[in-house]
Amino acid sequence: MATSSINVPNASPLPGSRSFLSRLSDGDEIARLITFLFAATVVLISVALVFELWVGSTLPRHKFGLSFFVTRIWDPIAENFGALPFIYGTLMTAGVALFLAVPLGIGAAIFLAELAPPKVSDSLQFFIDLLAAVPSVIYGLLGVFIVVPIMREWIQPALKSTLGFLPLFQGPAYGVGFLTAGIVLAIMVIPYIISVSREVLLSVPQDQREAALALGSTRWESTWKVVVPFAKTGIMGSIFLALARALGETMAVTMVIGNTPTISGSLFSPGYSIAAVIANEFTEATGDLYLQALIELGLVLFLLTFILNGLARLLMLLTTQRGSGTGHA
Amino acid sequence: MKRLAGMFVILLALGGMVWAQSALLINGAGATFPAPIYSKWFDEFHKANGTQINYQSVGSGAGIKQTTDGTVDFGASDGPMNDDQLKAFKTKNGAGIFHFPTVLGAVVPTYNVPGVSEALNFTPEALSGIFLGRISKWNDPAIAGANKGIALPANDIVVIHRSDGSGTTYIWTDYLSKVNSDWKDKVGKGTSVNWPVGLGGKGNEGVTGLIKQTPNAIGYVELIYAAQNKVPYGSVKNSSGSFVKADLASVTEAAAGAVKTMPDDFRVSITNSASKNAYPISSFTWLLIPEKFKDSAKRDALKKFLTWAITDGQNFVEALSYAKLPKEVVDKELKAVNKIQ
Repeated sequence: MATSSINVPNASPLPGSRSFLSRLSDGDEIARLITFLFAATVVLISVALVFELWVGSTLPRHKFGLSFFVTRIWDPIAENFGALPFIYGTLMTAGVALFLAVPLGIGAAIFLAELAPPKVSDSLQFFIDLLAAVPSVIYGLLGVFIVVPIMREWIQPALKSTLGFLPLFQGPAYGVGFLTAGIVLAIMVIPYIISVSREVLLSVPQDQREAALALGSTRWESTWKVVVPFAKTGIMGSIFLALARALGETMAVTMVIGNTPTISGSLFSPGYSIAAVIANEFTEATGDLYLQALIELGLVLFLLTFILNGLARLLMLLTTQRGSGTGHA
Repeated sequence: MKRLAGMFVILLALGGMVWAQSALLINGAGATFPAPIYSKWFDEFHKANGTQINYQSVGSGAGIKQTTDGTVDFGASDGPMNDDQLKAFKTKNGAGIFHFPTVLGAVVPTYNVPGVSEALNFTPEALSGIFLGRISKWNDPAIAGANKGIALPANDIVVIHRSDGSGTTYIWTDYLSKVNSDWKDKVGKGTSVNWPVGLGGKGNEGVTGLIKQTPNAIGYVELIYAAQNKVPYGSVKNSSGSFVKADLASVTEAAAGAVKTMPDDFRVSITNSASKNAYPISSFTWLLIPEKFKDSAKRDALKKFLTWAITDGQNFVEALSYAKLPKEVVDKELKAVNKIQ
């Protein structure tokens, strides 16, 4: 490296003393400008998105106001629209999905990164990456033809006979519904959690493990008490990614959720999610109010994602502060 | 590099030639249900006349919107435009819009009742009762009464409907609104409605898939879809009292029965036809053509196409499982074509 012939702006004693043109000709300013523009587009796209959704949903916002969030009716004929069943369905399915996927995904990632022989880990990782690349409509078909019959014939009756006293597992078993949608979503997001968490765990410095072992901890103690807390931020990141995918997933969910705007405490009940109703009804939405109500649902989904991500980040901030402190070592 | 540049020039020249040949390009958008026959027609018409017509099957609602906004030259819809939409079109474009029926379709009830392999008969009371959630068992007298000799189980009925907005739902709910006043008041008709009961499946394939998988389910699909995929379906009692199974003849019959009462703008619902052999859940599908065109070449080409589609074009219809227009409707439409300015 011929460092002597290159001017490093940050290291130069008087950066302001060089003319803008000379800095430009070095290429650093150009690179800075271009990358800044690229970064700015992300913000611009988000702002433009919210703006479009806001302007596009003027009619229902004025007509329904905040009651849009608490109305349970979705009636395109009477032009009475409420988002509550869809918000409920979106949260319910994403909740079930994360409940199943987080322990499974993180457990698998710990095994792959810490305990499995590297050969096994790498070859399994190949399959996991493959799973992450499968289009969602394929998962939807898998859901309709395999998960739904299994749910109706075996899992739902079994849950009913064992945990039927809980309101979560009551009502007729159609096969489709919140639980099935949640399970299909879990299958879809697990590869994301495993893939990202494994990378994060692998990037924990070897010193950390060796130090823990030197202090007399077992292999598992070093993994669970040192490596995992160290990688906490990254693992949380993988969960955010999974949550975002679960909230916005459309095709796979609409194929297995039952597409009925109901609010029910039972996981067996059919429901509806925001993304699914938009995909289903947008093309045939006649009338401005109807169309704009669907656009407002898009705005609601955006807000929901925003709020949930914000809450998750807050939670992470609070827990890392209270934690052992190794998280940001 | 030189070779690349040379190829680029040749490509440009070729593109230019294609552009010059198809100077007249007409764009349309709308209903998905008639899209297969429309593509066939536009293809045949292009071969014979050189006029290229592009059609995007984006859905009836989007078709009406795009035509009103003027982003396409003509639209297509499974349900006629309502008065508000007509008014909106007129305010925006200064002139009205014509509806031209092109082909006919029908919607059929399909079901999965364990132990029943016979084709079931449905009365209007039974269908509306089931879809309102008032008839909840398969052995309910309203169903069993029309199916003497078939052992219907005492199982709960699972209703399956379309979850996506669709012309199929429009026809189905239009029929239920006509035969049941409660349906009309509480639910109404439209491409999507607030269903009193049931699960939603996406598309004809989604509904069929759910019905096949769910014991004791009933739903509705397009006749074309049922015919092409060998989905079993039931007969429906029409308003003259006979049980009719949907086929191309009984659907055309429903249209012929409506000719006398057909308004001049062709916006007519032919569900619940009174003709003896008519299948009651049938409907036209329409092309939406503006009354006035700025571009006379486009106007003449579309007039030519319309005339051809409702006369010679009808020969392609049945191969794709659509029902033909009755002759009386064709005659009436031929007169209307001349009114396009």
